[in-house]
Amino acid sequence: MAEHSHAHPDNPLKYYIGVFTLLLVMTGLTVFVAKYDLEHIWPPLNIIVAMTIAVIKATAVVMIFMHVRWSSRLTQLIVVSGIFWLIIMLAFTVSDYYTRGGWPTTLGQ
Amino acid sequence: MATEVMETTESRVNYLNNGTTVKSWLLTLDHKRIGLLYLFSISFFFAIGGIYATLIRLELITPQGDLLTPEMYNRVFTMHGVIMIFFFLIPSIPAVLGNFLLPLMLGAKDVAFPKLNLLSWYIFIIGGCLMLYTMLSGGIDTGWTFYPPYSSIYSNSQVTIAGVSIFITGFSSILTGLNFMVTIHTMRAPGLTWFRLPLFVWAHYATSLIQVLGTPVIAITVLALAFERTLKIGIFDPKLGGDPVLFQHMFWFYSHPAVYIMILPSMGVISELIANMTRKRIFGYNFVAFSSLAIAVFGFLVWGHHMFTTSQSMYTGMVFSLISYAVAIPSAIKTFNWTATIYKGSVSFDTPMIYALAFLGLFTIGGMTGLFLAALGLDVHLHDTYFVVAHFHYVMVGSAVIGYLGGIHYWWPKITGRMYSEFLGRISAVIIFIGFNLTFLPQFVLGQLGMPRRYHAYVPEFQVLHILSSAGASILAVGFTLPVIYLAWSIKYGEKVGPNPWMASGLEWQTSSPPPTENFTYQPVVTHEPYEFENVEEIKQARQAELQRA
Amino acid sequence: MAEHATHVEGLAHHFVSMEQQKEAGMVGMWIFLLTEIMFFGGLFLAYTIYRTTYPEGFLFGSHLLNVKLGGTNTVVLIVSSLTMAMAVYYSQKGDRKKLLAFLALTLILGLAFLGIKYVEYSTKIHDGLFPAAATWNPPSEGEHAIPVEKQQAVHVFLWIYFLMTGLHAVHMIVGAGILITLIIMAQRGKFTKNYNSPVEISGLYWHFVDIVWIFLFPLLYLTGYHFTPGGH
Ligand SMILES: [Cu+2]
Repeated sequence: MAEHSHAHPDNPLKYYIGVFTLLLVMTGLTVFVAKYDLEHIWPPLNIIVAMTIAVIKATAVVMIFMHVRWSSRLTQLIVVSGIFWLIIMLAFTVSDYYTRGGWPTTLGQ
Repeated sequence: MATEVMETTESRVNYLNNGTTVKSWLLTLDHKRIGLLYLFSISFFFAIGGIYATLIRLELITPQGDLLTPEMYNRVFTMHGVIMIFFFLIPSIPAVLGNFLLPLMLGAKDVAFPKLNLLSWYIFIIGGCLMLYTMLSGGIDTGWTFYPPYSSIYSNSQVTIAGVSIFITGFSSILTGLNFMVTIHTMRAPGLTWFRLPLFVWAHYATSLIQVLGTPVIAITVLALAFERTLKIGIFDPKLGGDPVLFQHMFWFYSHPAVYIMILPSMGVISELIANMTRKRIFGYNFVAFSSLAIAVFGFLVWGHHMFTTSQSMYTGMVFSLISYAVAIPSAIKTFNWTATIYKGSVSFDTPMIYALAFLGLFTIGGMTGLFLAALGLDVHLHDTYFVVAHFHYVMVGSAVIGYLGGIHYWWPKITGRMYSEFLGRISAVIIFIGFNLTFLPQFVLGQLGMPRRYHAYVPEFQVLHILSSAGASILAVGFTLPVIYLAWSIKYGEKVGPNPWMASGLEWQTSSPPPTENFTYQPVVTHEPYEFENVEEIKQARQAELQRA
Repeated sequence: MAEHATHVEGLAHHFVSMEQQKEAGMVGMWIFLLTEIMFFGGLFLAYTIYRTTYPEGFLFGSHLLNVKLGGTNTVVLIVSSLTMAMAVYYSQKGDRKKLLAFLALTLILGLAFLGIKYVEYSTKIHDGLFPAAATWNPPSEGEHAIPVEKQQAVHVFLWIYFLMTGLHAVHMIVGAGILITLIIMAQRGKFTKNYNSPVEISGLYWHFVDIVWIFLFPLLYLTGYHFTPGGH
């Protein structure tokens, strides 16, 4: 377990700069896209685009800055299970509201 | 031969006599001493919760509400629940036996983070002091479930402080779970592969998983509740646009798995007791090990069965109901495998085994009645009746507490180096079993007849069953008091024991009783499968040689 | 403890080897971050439910936030994540000077974030938009008016905003405390090529707090960016 089978690259700095650039570009992109009302096309489109960009950014940070790409299986498993349990909580609760009928319109206003 | 061992044991420095000042206890980093600190703390809270239970049973002897006012009664049952759940059951086996045994079973010198371990005890004490303050300043009357908007707007009791107390205590539980997970992952002795681990360790791993993943959610929930109450924000208040059902989702996301925080460690204890008291390898070791993990995972997918009578969608209710049934499968796997282990084993009916047998019966009843409540239609009838009360007491007292007591007896000679009175041990185990059933069996009938929970007065027809229940409670009180007396007595006068009085397998029995501060005077290496009793004699001789060399 | 500790610098007595100690620290931090995911997760759940319940209120409420300040803070945090990663890198190289420089830079950026957050908070409180009963006094006329029928939904958005960013800010403050500790330790020469896991472990925490913000920024600030009040 302790062995770093996929050892860190000799020079991770180029990865760091790459991720840094990606994060800045993605931040610009998400602000730019948010300017436009995509909800006319499809109501959840704005949030889907924003969350996709956020997930890409987060993945880059986790993989490179937090070294998960080069970490042990155990670390990777912990990361995955964290996301998994978060999804359980969100999915089951939302499924309740969603299948009640009338949500969100009747509850909202 | 036995006397030789004892003399060497006596002359040794062990974790108990290595420093006797109060400071050496309060600043100890030794997992064994921290386990004992927890033992005293949670026993104290158990006694307080017991006093509240006594008041409840006294009130319910007569149909009229004559002993306590309705407001007082609300406070009494709430405090009983809050203290028993958050300050006794959740920490019970993990914090006491888990702390004491986990590093010993793994062949490690300590848990991975000894300072964090001590910190978690102090956090527990701070949370406990806040709860005592809550208690002395009138307690709370919301029920242990803290449902808003009653808890956030209308209740005039100390909900905010109680919430903060539970928030703080939660971190004690998280840190214990974190420590155990890291310890199990990184500190196993050479040769101790995952499938050579005692089932106690597997059960604690699964428990820790729940503590780590579930507890933060209730922490943020009660924190939000405290903000809502103090700042009048309206997080869950429907008048301000909040949603009280969302609170219930978040609350039960933790609080259903929390049931498994209480029961899984107990299952781990029972696995040890049954294997060692029947001198057989646990039937289907792998299944029992994985069923612990399965319970931990599935346990997170069923919380909605507490909300069948709310506005929760019927379709989601169906899914939650179905998965609740599915959780019965890993539980049944365990029960059947334990039973199969006993079959044709050389069973010795020592005190721990009596507790293990009691567990098997009571857990079966507790688990099966849970299925009644997981049924969508039937739950509408049984919801918030004494049937529910009886069900969860069969699980939490009949299983979790029984397992805890069985474990305490079984490892008592390891903890203290002395043996308790076997005669009194058996007697009180039987008293507890009888008292428990007399208390809670009538409550199933009461609930089925329609007696609601949390009422301080009731119709006269129910009185006979309530009197039976209260009578059982007084027997139970005797049963719980006896061990305190004879165990305390044994610390000074009990017969001294060697490293392995039960001739059990497992690394914790290879070191002296009580163990030295460093647990082992040598680096243990594991070469055998778990529960291989053919080797116990061999191990014992190796230990004998080791002790003579030292 | 003492007699063992002399063998290997920085090895606690209950561990067998440096590798074991380091692995325990890393696994411990990752499991802690697991609890953090669930801790913030409860609030993300509340956000999801209430946003779907009150879509208009969230558009309106989000529009009240200052995207320029929020965006600046996003960039500040991204840069601080880079400097933290560099600090970890130089701690592994055993370069004390660069380690100290990058730790200090990270700390300064973290404090800058908190400063900007403070400005944002005080403006909101000044405008009567802090959602506690005692301070809630939204303008119903004028340039930043919130129509009365929308005020309750905006209120829901704003408590979510304050709770989520407030909890995040508390984590930033804790992170700043950790950085100060690391700087003091580094100055005393505690870290070497062989012993640097405190830096690495703290780095994980810092990046995690950054990730939370990566989600908070679009969810809170950008949700109503395309929205013009009264434009519907
Ligand atoms: Cu449940």
